[in-house]
Amino acid sequence: MKILTGNDLKTGDVVWWTGSGWSRHVEDSADVGEAGEALARQEEAARRVNVPYVIDATATPEGPRPAHIKDRVRALGPTIRPDLTLKPADPSAGNWVI
Amino acid sequence: MYQYDQYDQNLVDTRVAEFRDQVERRLSGELSEDQFKPLRLMNGLYLQLHAYMLRVAIPYGTLDSRQMRMLGHIARNYDRGYGHFTTRQNLQFNWIKLEDTPDILAELATVEMHAIQTSGNCIRNISSDQFAGAAADEITDPRPWAELLRQWSSFHPEFSYLPRKFKIAVIAAKEDRAAMRLHDIGIEIVERDGAHGARVFVGGGMGRTPMIATEIAEFVPLSDLLSYLEACLRVYNRYGRRDNIYKARIKILVHEIGADEYRRQVEEEFVAVKALGIDPPAAEFERIKAFFAPPAFAGDAPDTLDRSDPDFAVWLDQNVKQHKQPGHAIATISLKPAGGIPGDASADQIDLMADLAQRYSFDELRVTHAQNIVLPHVRKADLYAVWQALHEAGLAEANLDLISDIIACPGLDYCSLANARSIPVAQKIAERFADLDRQRELGELKLKISGCINACGHHHAGHIGILGVDKKGLENYQLSFGGSGAEDVSLAKITGPGFSEDGVVDAVEKATDVYLAHREQGERFVDTYRRIGMEPFKEAIYGPA
Repeated sequence: MKILTGNDLKTGDVVWWTGSGWSRHVEDSADVGEAGEALARQEEAARRVNVPYVIDATATPEGPRPAHIKDRVRALGPTIRPDLTLKPADPSAGNWVI
Repeated sequence: MYQYDQYDQNLVDTRVAEFRDQVERRLSGELSEDQFKPLRLMNGLYLQLHAYMLRVAIPYGTLDSRQMRMLGHIARNYDRGYGHFTTRQNLQFNWIKLEDTPDILAELATVEMHAIQTSGNCIRNISSDQFAGAAADEITDPRPWAELLRQWSSFHPEFSYLPRKFKIAVIAAKEDRAAMRLHDIGIEIVERDGAHGARVFVGGGMGRTPMIATEIAEFVPLSDLLSYLEACLRVYNRYGRRDNIYKARIKILVHEIGADEYRRQVEEEFVAVKALGIDPPAAEFERIKAFFAPPAFAGDAPDTLDRSDPDFAVWLDQNVKQHKQPGHAIATISLKPAGGIPGDASADQIDLMADLAQRYSFDELRVTHAQNIVLPHVRKADLYAVWQALHEAGLAEANLDLISDIIACPGLDYCSLANARSIPVAQKIAERFADLDRQRELGELKLKISGCINACGHHHAGHIGILGVDKKGLENYQLSFGGSGAEDVSLAKITGPGFSEDGVVDAVEKATDVYLAHREQGERFVDTYRRIGMEPFKEAIYGPA
């Protein structure tokens, strides 16, 4: 599957396209298929998100996971500071990153 | 230390107001990211992996407690409670919101700080010896010259759009603590016939094409220094390649036309520049120099130390260096605690270091290119109190220049350019060698890790260097030996095929075993490597050929 990601304009937060808006959680990502590039141009023009781009992802029971480690790190947060990740209370949250 | 005059303050305040307007226009949608990006980069604001990153300039790594406290304040109130000290003697905040940035810059301006020229193809922060003004081996304090270069290069209209970024280091001691010859221009202030002049080295740097700077002038009178550097930059600005980012640094120009031809053109240009009269009058330099006058050292400070606490004695031996003033010492605060993140400090730790500087170090701190903090002027009688305070805050690691005193770039955990993570490798190596006695048995061993070819972690200059690369979507780590950023400057050589994260930790340990088995009296790891060559190390790491 293909998913769309970028960084929020105001905060810089990593965000994921849900099909109708942007979420900070990769699990909410929608499969954009071949529409990703056009969506990226549309959202960038609307000044909602910075440098959006389409990536390959894998569907898992827990939701989409980016294919490349860089985007998996982006999805969760720094692997060396669990307290700074999106799931600081979940010690196993990072298992899928590496 | 240098203090702004009204002219300096107006420049910085005006820039803050200008950037506030630019941010408002970006947030309102008036500016696109393509339009805004060069503007934010001119103010040190990057968009990194997880958020905006703000790089704050710390000229030649010198700051006072008021400035240090401001960094702690920003860490606490605008970031996530910490800051990251970098190999360029600067500080980075990793979790900045765009809408907060004008307020942050305004607060920095109240303590004479900014983020101007911490990005972009301009002359970046001038770096220097972190022991400047205190080192027993320096012939003069190099910082007045670094400050002069800061003033010359700030907003220099001719050098605001160079072919690439440009880094200058100034030292004034034989021991090179600033990796001077791995800069675009390295300046070593030397003495000849009682006068001070500059040895000028050009074309050093790491990254994709690492090179050691070549000496192009053995003695430039310091009264001509600005004119000479202006000529160096002009030749680069004229002929440096703008068509290929990978060939745009001055090291490529010097390599391609040859040092002799580059020198000839600089000398020709120098004649023309000298006539312009850009070198400051002696009175102006003396005004700058006065800001760096030695503190009011107590002439009768006792020169003895009570070493009865064994942990304190180890810290003294490892982290404290000789000061030029009797009764005083230079103390380095390690930001490399076991299992920690090299260069990171919490807001509370930043505040504590500021407090210690104010109370015990004539209100001065320094940032080192090895990502540590220095208290440059501590009375020997106060060292135990300093150490106790550091110990309570988790800042008393006695590992300066040992294998766990690792330089590591932020790597794939933070950096959008990185291909592999650096910090976890640093942590695993530090954990593997956690026993301080074992580290001290190994002696000086500079280990440096980069998460991509841009070499922010200085892996080319590591006695042991590690470069993380992307190999078919997996992190892979290339190991190299024999680099040095010091006065015995050299570039590390790759051992062979790369390793997994755990594999490279094992390989480092095997390499240290080879060193211990072969070393001769007084040899450091790098000395033994230089004497016996790569083969014994390769055999231990990869097995017999």
